[in-house]
Amino acid sequence: MSQRRVVVTGLGATTPLGADVASTWAALLAGKSGVRLLTEDWRELLPVHFAARVATEPADQMERVEMRRLDRSEQFALIASREAWKDAGSPDLDKERLGVVIASGIGGVITLLDQFDNFKEKGARGVSPHTVPMLMPNGPAANVGLELQAKAGVHTPVSACASGAEAIGYALEMIRSNRADVIVSGGVEAAIHQLPMAGFAAMKALSTRNDAPERASRPYDADRDGFVLGEGGGILILEEYEHAKARGAKIYCELVGQGLSSDGYHIAAPDPDGAGVQRAIKFALADAKLSTKDIVHLNAHATSTPAGDVAEANALRLALGKDSDHVAVSATKSMTGHLLGGAGAIESVFIVKALQERLAPPTINIENLDSAVTIDVVRDTPRPLPAGQIAALNDSFGFGGHNVVLAFATL
Amino acid sequence: MALSAADVLAGIKEIVEEVAGIPAASIELDKNFTDDLEVDSLSMVEVVVACEERFGVKIPDEKVTDLATVGDAVNFIVNAAA
Repeated sequence: MSQRRVVVTGLGATTPLGADVASTWAALLAGKSGVRLLTEDWRELLPVHFAARVATEPADQMERVEMRRLDRSEQFALIASREAWKDAGSPDLDKERLGVVIASGIGGVITLLDQFDNFKEKGARGVSPHTVPMLMPNGPAANVGLELQAKAGVHTPVSACASGAEAIGYALEMIRSNRADVIVSGGVEAAIHQLPMAGFAAMKALSTRNDAPERASRPYDADRDGFVLGEGGGILILEEYEHAKARGAKIYCELVGQGLSSDGYHIAAPDPDGAGVQRAIKFALADAKLSTKDIVHLNAHATSTPAGDVAEANALRLALGKDSDHVAVSATKSMTGHLLGGAGAIESVFIVKALQERLAPPTINIENLDSAVTIDVVRDTPRPLPAGQIAALNDSFGFGGHNVVLAFATL
Repeated sequence: MALSAADVLAGIKEIVEEVAGIPAASIELDKNFTDDLEVDSLSMVEVVVACEERFGVKIPDEKVTDLATVGDAVNFIVNAAA
């Protein structure tokens, strides 16, 4: 029996650029930045005064009573999943064939910290009975699974900033192995709070360009100085190809493969040789039965850190060889900031839109391209992608040395 | 401090509306928290803690299971505050 094929039939997102996929994609093509100065007083306690908050607060998109028992990350998951489910035409299927795989890098960290504040102020009686279901990292997946009554399995892979991509890859395998026909997959993050920000700042991982927040996330620019923390999430409805055809679903593209590897190098620093990244790309191409010639677009991990961007760019050069000359590379974190566990998911949404509209989104804020970067970066304005059958890759890497590469292709 | 049953009922209505989103108008003395108002076990903990703070009474955990209806809660709180 030939392998079950997996297609994308629905998209959802809530991001620093928009409350849904359409508004996010329009802002992305227009090269807008979602990064802003924080309005909270605590920003003064940190070396970094800005972040990329969602464009629309969950309070404008859901009922108050529902919100109060959900962590912010769970709110993002429900908002994006509802959009994606509707976009997929709300498929009517046996719930035992419906799964959910939604990741988060850190889980309900804001709930954890807020409830500890309650505990210190009021004692044990002051801690909400909703604390644990709100802080558990599988909470976003669990809440979506509950709402849709998914019974094929609800899962949450965790691999820091590769989590969202790993969730989509896990969903791919669930459908291929015939555990499910439809999966709600993606990733979310809600960690804009003084403590995680202080932690990232202590690692010197964050940009401190306080005088120009919108210019702070600048992957591949010679003067980049760190990433910008973002929040939000992205969701893809993945569906077995024959199942999608049988119900007459709108099919965006195919998720053709994934490649996974680990560096075994350092807990947070990228391997400067990028050997693990190269292997993940090679595995993804092999899994997808694609050659380097087929790849026309790549959404890079490129977070705007001095070490990471060059290590990735070198790995891409080596893995794709001279074919990297015809790969339009976009670093969309220049506009969205870095959504950690949500990053691989919203960037997969962007790839699906890029293949659909045959348009690679721009990378903003490159004033002087780092001379060490020898890949073809799409700068400032979108670039048309070729006609015919085309394919694209999404890179995601996480602290811990996790590498995930997803491959998408037009049908 | 003595509390009137009417004051306690009004307070419980506000708390249940805040915690569970049940319109205050539909909250009456004979309504069962679980069966009629669909206040689940976790939200009931929130209702109890909010009542303790608002009315300055202690509602021991072993008593909570006896508070089936809104009227049960009003009676308990009025007596505890007397």
